[in-house]
Amino acid sequence: MDDASMSLKQKQPRRYVFTGKIDAFFTDVYTFGQFISRFFKSLFLPPYEFKEIVRQSYSIGVKSLPLITLTGFITGIVFTKQSRPSLSDFGATSWLPSLVTIAIVRALAPLVTGLITAGKVGSNIGAELGSMKVTEQIDAMEVSATNPFKFLVVTRVLATTCMVPLLMLYMALLAMMGAFVNVHSNEQTSFVSFIENGFHSISFLDIYSSFIKSIIFGFTIGIVGCYQGYNTTQGTQGVGRAANTSVVMAMFLIFIEEIIVVQIINWFRMP
Amino acid sequence: MEKKNKHIDRTKKVISIHDLYKSFGTNHVLRGINLDVYQGENVVVLGRSGTGKSVLIKIIAGLLKPDSGTVNVLEQDVAKISYQELEQLRLRIGFSFQSSALYDSMTVRENLEFPLLRNSKDLSREQLTQAVENALEAVGLSQTINQWPAELSGGQRKRIGIARTLIMQPAIMLYDEPTAGLDPITSMEINDLINEVQERFNTSSIIITHDLTCAKATGDRLAVLLDGRFAKEGTFEEVFASDDERLKSFYDYNFIT
Repeated sequence: MDDASMSLKQKQPRRYVFTGKIDAFFTDVYTFGQFISRFFKSLFLPPYEFKEIVRQSYSIGVKSLPLITLTGFITGIVFTKQSRPSLSDFGATSWLPSLVTIAIVRALAPLVTGLITAGKVGSNIGAELGSMKVTEQIDAMEVSATNPFKFLVVTRVLATTCMVPLLMLYMALLAMMGAFVNVHSNEQTSFVSFIENGFHSISFLDIYSSFIKSIIFGFTIGIVGCYQGYNTTQGTQGVGRAANTSVVMAMFLIFIEEIIVVQIINWFRMP
Repeated sequence: MEKKNKHIDRTKKVISIHDLYKSFGTNHVLRGINLDVYQGENVVVLGRSGTGKSVLIKIIAGLLKPDSGTVNVLEQDVAKISYQELEQLRLRIGFSFQSSALYDSMTVRENLEFPLLRNSKDLSREQLTQAVENALEAVGLSQTINQWPAELSGGQRKRIGIARTLIMQPAIMLYDEPTAGLDPITSMEINDLINEVQERFNTSSIIITHDLTCAKATGDRLAVLLDGRFAKEGTFEEVFASDDERLKSFYDYNFIT
């Protein structure tokens, strides 16, 4: 192609199927789909990077414990405190353990864990990978004959997928403890009685569904953070944007997934 | 340090690029590049910012795919070989990045150990330590072994970046703007280091730069990239003896004549 025809081509206005923004949205959805597909393809190919998975799991799981402990305990106390007046009006405060357990196990624990992890871990992954991208560290890894996608992305997504369900169980336990502290201080209910009342009203389906939700949330947090970080452009400004978008997009998807999973679980619950 | 060209073997091409084209959308960056690099030779690719110099070496390292043309590195076409073959080839290519690209979350020791641990799994702890110490000694920074990249100066980061590539004993070195952002004294030290690497390890190199002092000090041959093609090739003196106004202005701006 000669220079004249090239400059002519450069002057042609860019054509869109819809508008620039709508086209960009669908392009982004498509590339995100490709990214997820690449993850699943890479997942089953060696090397398996066990050491890095353990390191990331420690970083994501263990280092999130203080925040999860605090928020879990407070969530239990606050939810119980706020529910008491309404039940008290009907003379039904004895139902508090059941109500609190259902709320925590079915909704609060997975959702709050997901949102907190999205904020803490999602932003961290987005910023870390984004920073590595703009400072050419990912390219450096590639020229060192290391597959950066396997080493950085697959390990982090697996770590979040494994750790979020465990953090959810831990948060549920802490929230129940918080709820028990509040119930005990008001009604002098014993721990055994609280647990019996609470667990009498939930089924294994509730626990399974929360566990499955947490696995989905964990995967979402990891894959969104990695996608945003791995595809960062435009220098340090891009790093900030990647961190921010990782959190916003992960939280948005978590709510969408919550609605879908609850709907599916309710079909199973129907007699 | 005075430049010696005694190791160049003109019968053996380590890099051979033929009719290479690369575009990004409507931006046609490389428009028919031809270049041969011989065993033990330092070739400097000169050009203004944004002319596609870094794109060229990223294609050589297999980080970018060419639109057309062939890029043979150590007798393998980087655009056609499988990912596994490319990984094996990359073990023989050292890439020194403009930003040094040291892993921020690792110490200097861990940065240097990383490529070894990934690719030579049967090495003992003693062998690893020895290899790291040798590489650091080669760049004159043995004392930084337990430091973090954030604690190093720009020149030290460049040297550690080069040490990280040397640890794999590459046959080819690719330097992307090795003196960018450095003061003249540190730049001179980096130029000396590039020559020392060439002599000591008998590497062939492509040095991407717009710094004529670096080009003159390190290059056995220069190739000037203008408008996506090589406008002129030859020794420093041959290139700048040209009547081409674009080359003259490049020289004038660098040396403020």
